[in-house]
Amino acid sequence: MDFPTILQVLDSTIRLATPLLLACLAGLFSERAGIFDIGLEGKMLIAAFFSAAIAYTTGSVWMGLLAGVASSMVLSALHGVASITFRGNQLISGVAINFLAAGMTVLIAQDWFSQGGRTPSLSGGARFNAITLPFAEALQGVPILGPIYHDLISGHTILVYVAFLMVPLTWWILFRTRFGLRLRAVGENPAAVDTAGVSVVGLRYAAVAICGVLTGVAGAYLATGLQAGFVKDMAAGRGYIALAALIFAKWRPWYALMSTMLFGFLQAVALRPDLIQNTIGIRVQVQLLDALPYILTVIILAGFVGRAIPPRAGGAPYVKER
Amino acid sequence: MDKMPAWADVVLIPLISLLLAAILSAVVILAIGESPVEAFNLMVDGALMRSSGWGYTLYYATNFIFTGLAVAVAFHARMFNIGGEGQAMLGGLGVALACLYVPWPHWTLAMLGSTLGAAAFGAAWALIPAYLQARRGSHIVITTIMFNFIAAALLNYLLIGVLKPTGSMEPASAKFDPSFALPTFQQMFSSADAPLFRGAPANVSFFLALAACLFVWLLIWRSRLGYEIRAYGWSQTGAKYAGISGTRIIIISMLISGGLAGLMAVNTTQGEAERLILNSTEGAGFIGIAVALMGRNHPFGVLLAAILFGFLYQGGAELALWTNIPRELIVVIQALVILFTGALDNMVRMPLERIFLALRRKES
Amino acid sequence: MTDTAPAIELKGISKAFGPVQANKDISIRVMPGTIHGIIGENGAGKSTLMSILYGFYKADKGEVFINGTRTEIPDSQAAISAGIGMVFQHFKLVENFTVVENVILGAEDGFQLRPSIAKARKSLKQLAEEYELNVDPDAKIENLSVGHQQRVEILKALYRQADILILDEPTGVLTPAEADHLFRILDNLRNEGKTIILITHKLREIMEYTDTVSVMRRGEMTATVRTAETSTEELAELMVGRKVLLRVDKKPAQPKQVVLSVKDLRVTDSAGVERIKGVSFDIRAGEIYGIAGVAGNGQSELMEVLGGMQAGTGTITMNGEEIDLTGRYSDGQSRRARSIGHVPEDRQDEGLILDFTAWENMVFGYHRDPDWAAGPLMNNAGIVQEAEGKMQRFDVRPPNPHLTAKNFSGGNQQKIVLAREIERNPDLLLVGQPTRGVDIGAIEFIHQEIIRLRDEGKAILLVSVELDEIMSLSDRIAVMFDGRLMGERDPAEANERELGLLMAGISEEPDKPAWKAVDENLDAIEHGEAPKHG
Repeated sequence: MDFPTILQVLDSTIRLATPLLLACLAGLFSERAGIFDIGLEGKMLIAAFFSAAIAYTTGSVWMGLLAGVASSMVLSALHGVASITFRGNQLISGVAINFLAAGMTVLIAQDWFSQGGRTPSLSGGARFNAITLPFAEALQGVPILGPIYHDLISGHTILVYVAFLMVPLTWWILFRTRFGLRLRAVGENPAAVDTAGVSVVGLRYAAVAICGVLTGVAGAYLATGLQAGFVKDMAAGRGYIALAALIFAKWRPWYALMSTMLFGFLQAVALRPDLIQNTIGIRVQVQLLDALPYILTVIILAGFVGRAIPPRAGGAPYVKER
Repeated sequence: MDKMPAWADVVLIPLISLLLAAILSAVVILAIGESPVEAFNLMVDGALMRSSGWGYTLYYATNFIFTGLAVAVAFHARMFNIGGEGQAMLGGLGVALACLYVPWPHWTLAMLGSTLGAAAFGAAWALIPAYLQARRGSHIVITTIMFNFIAAALLNYLLIGVLKPTGSMEPASAKFDPSFALPTFQQMFSSADAPLFRGAPANVSFFLALAACLFVWLLIWRSRLGYEIRAYGWSQTGAKYAGISGTRIIIISMLISGGLAGLMAVNTTQGEAERLILNSTEGAGFIGIAVALMGRNHPFGVLLAAILFGFLYQGGAELALWTNIPRELIVVIQALVILFTGALDNMVRMPLERIFLALRRKES
Repeated sequence: MTDTAPAIELKGISKAFGPVQANKDISIRVMPGTIHGIIGENGAGKSTLMSILYGFYKADKGEVFINGTRTEIPDSQAAISAGIGMVFQHFKLVENFTVVENVILGAEDGFQLRPSIAKARKSLKQLAEEYELNVDPDAKIENLSVGHQQRVEILKALYRQADILILDEPTGVLTPAEADHLFRILDNLRNEGKTIILITHKLREIMEYTDTVSVMRRGEMTATVRTAETSTEELAELMVGRKVLLRVDKKPAQPKQVVLSVKDLRVTDSAGVERIKGVSFDIRAGEIYGIAGVAGNGQSELMEVLGGMQAGTGTITMNGEEIDLTGRYSDGQSRRARSIGHVPEDRQDEGLILDFTAWENMVFGYHRDPDWAAGPLMNNAGIVQEAEGKMQRFDVRPPNPHLTAKNFSGGNQQKIVLAREIERNPDLLLVGQPTRGVDIGAIEFIHQEIIRLRDEGKAILLVSVELDEIMSLSDRIAVMFDGRLMGERDPAEANERELGLLMAGISEEPDKPAWKAVDENLDAIEHGEAPKHG
């Protein structure tokens, strides 16, 4: 593999890792507060649809983003009502949300656009376009660093940079602020938070809301950044991969960056089966590459690569003791 | 004291949940500019008013009985098996191998062979997640989800590779021997002057599904193993005290669960398609979740809920055919049923409990 | 007397949970700078009352006055602002947070954490000096002893400027000497003018440390008296509503052959910590062997190993035959086959499946017994019939085998477990905490059944954290501390003080005050050193 090809693969790694990273951080906020969320997939999907649909009708990608985030937050609120207010089973609620999104997006897409469950293609201001960072052109000539800066770091959409900035921000919020302390506490022992006079319900809703915003951005990126429009089932398991990445990251922000980059890399490589054949000399089935993130996750889950201990109160609704 | 009589818990709550799901679905239909009443009439007409409609309804119901029972059995051990879809896909592979490579002398033996193949492959696909849960503590929900994706990739690989007959362009296996075809309801119940279930895919597997209901009932409520599964489901520490091995319960109940999900393929693959095709499960594995929740994890409830979903499925197909309502409406209804009977159970339960409490106070 | 307003005054508090009236028209006055005890049996409504005061529950009726002003307490935040602090029986701490993080949680000064932590650290140091509340501010809670965790709870309240401190059963998990230290802290706090409410069911604590005491029974406040003007007997009678036999009548034991022999038993838990460090003892037919100790010193693990729930090393022989300790060839069911009955410490989590009916629970653990088989299935009708008889013999109320176990009271649940285990007539009965959360009437019945089994020539191993229970039932007493047995005593000769010191790991009376020796001992354990014996 030559240098430009490596840059190319890494470049698509970044593009493909971005929605995973956003969704993974979303799940991190939710699960750190004790709310399991396997509905990331559905929230991404509905956000992808509404961002594409609204971006198409208004011609503004920013309106689309807003609509995507809003729709994702509606599903988040539903998850909150089910798992916080009515103390329901968080896994079942997540499953329901995934189906709700899968059905509603096609239903509405068909009703609005009559194109078999997709939106028309987006172009111009209805999409997020690449940003060229300052001096990218000027520095292109510098050996090695120049192309890295120009081809790899520069030239992504704004949402990619947002996603990467979210990593230190998430770390800072969780470990350096009052809100973060309380959030982590409510995922470990909600009774401690409650008796300290802080609302468990409020904190958990806040966490679920943040989760909704971030998955909303992730979904919007799918339909208006990575691709140009919504197609049926376009989240394609990314919500589940993000969940897997979260486990891999042991619920920590910097590790989340690494694990989502790894899974993004696998997806990038799966798009270029010829590269593997050239590099290691064996033809690898595309299906194996498709399945690899899932197989890796199972291996990680099996604990052969270090134990992942989830937040202690995760998945359990909070009931005051008598 | 129990806050509510048992019948309210078993009958009233699922019915109210279903009503809520129906109302919301009607709102959705209204929102996309169609009439809910007309849609409902169309569904009833297409699914229940003709024997051929029933033939489709019961065909779908057969699938949902198997996947619903699969979810229910695992749930009695407090495991949430989301992997029914992948287990059913592998069940299809078991059926295909049994029907492609063994020269059965008669369809009954072929059915026996495909039943064993389907159950064994489905169970095997549940074994790894079960083992990982029992021994490594890996969350079964996540691993079974992952195994659904892996199963899809595996079948994809096989159906465009080894299993595809040479010269064929379709990702599907070769046709099974025609003598293995299972008797359909049309063949079984029609007479010369009264043709019934014309063209419908319902077949003898439906009775296999009924037998599975009986088996699960005996297993859960009458057998020692069922006693242990339920005990483990309610309290893991209690099970340990009683000398019930958690590892054993997890693995056995998941094997049974996976086997039941796999059995669905007898209906779809041997009974209907008569070859293995891509995506033969069509999401039935997931509908099992809704069916089990709605049926309160009891085989009889599962049977009723499966028939209900069979009706929705067939009715939904009719809708897609005659109106502008896509089939995905059924996915929405399914989501609403899961939401109300599963996640929002307390929303329905808490006010009901209050009503019953008030009634009781008035009496005393 | 009347010029100072009471620190707390409750007027006509009532609270019902569904059909259960937990508090009925309760009124109480507590003067500032006093320790006020609230005593009552389990389920008398003490904790509910205090939870109302701390904003956990809303009272159906009644008013709360703090320092003479009527105060609404809709939530814990309001209670904290009213100057109320609470130390719960089960601590409300975040296990993997440090002490200082737990202290500031909910009482941070600003959005950023750093300044709050610095401030809390300073103030913790001050509080430690003032009240003998020493805890390392940077230690993680999960690495602290129970006694120190409790101090963190008190520090949390003091950091929030609490003037009124409520402690719910604070000594249940402490050694007698740790408890002494706690009461010295409480004494200091009282001298600083703080008001303390002590909820307990231990009469001794009330008599020794409180200024005034209220007695609760079945949701009602039956009396409020000055401690100096009452007696243990009077309080006990007020608590249960009749004269109580505090001693159990029993004939002297007639021990026969050795039934159970334990040699050099060791148990290591899943985290790799050694919980039992070489324990040896014998139990003979016809005697009750009592093991006293503060909860968490290895008694639970001992019961679990004997009951087949946990693996261990060493040798155990039962009726002369060795038992498999690896857990590979044995479990709870094979122990039962060896004629070992097991009444577990936690009946709700272990001894019963609360969502099973009474009849299903009557064969729990024996469900594979051929007696209950009907071909490949279970003989449910036969089990129901058998259960009816057992419930009658053990006076389980209501005697309905089809009722779900969770619908029985604590005492009746325990009777179901006892009926199941005792009716099998085991050669050895393991009994853990037989009367925890059980009402007094049932306690007497349960004690009599245990003694009856002994008199039939069975061996009994009794584990209890209630020293009184151990002393009145046992024929021989051993004390367990830090995974070891601290020597055996004859109940006729042993006294509470001596056993108390043993429970703290001190086998001889040292010159310095007991609580100090205990503290050093615990510190040593926390730092991974072997405790000093004697």
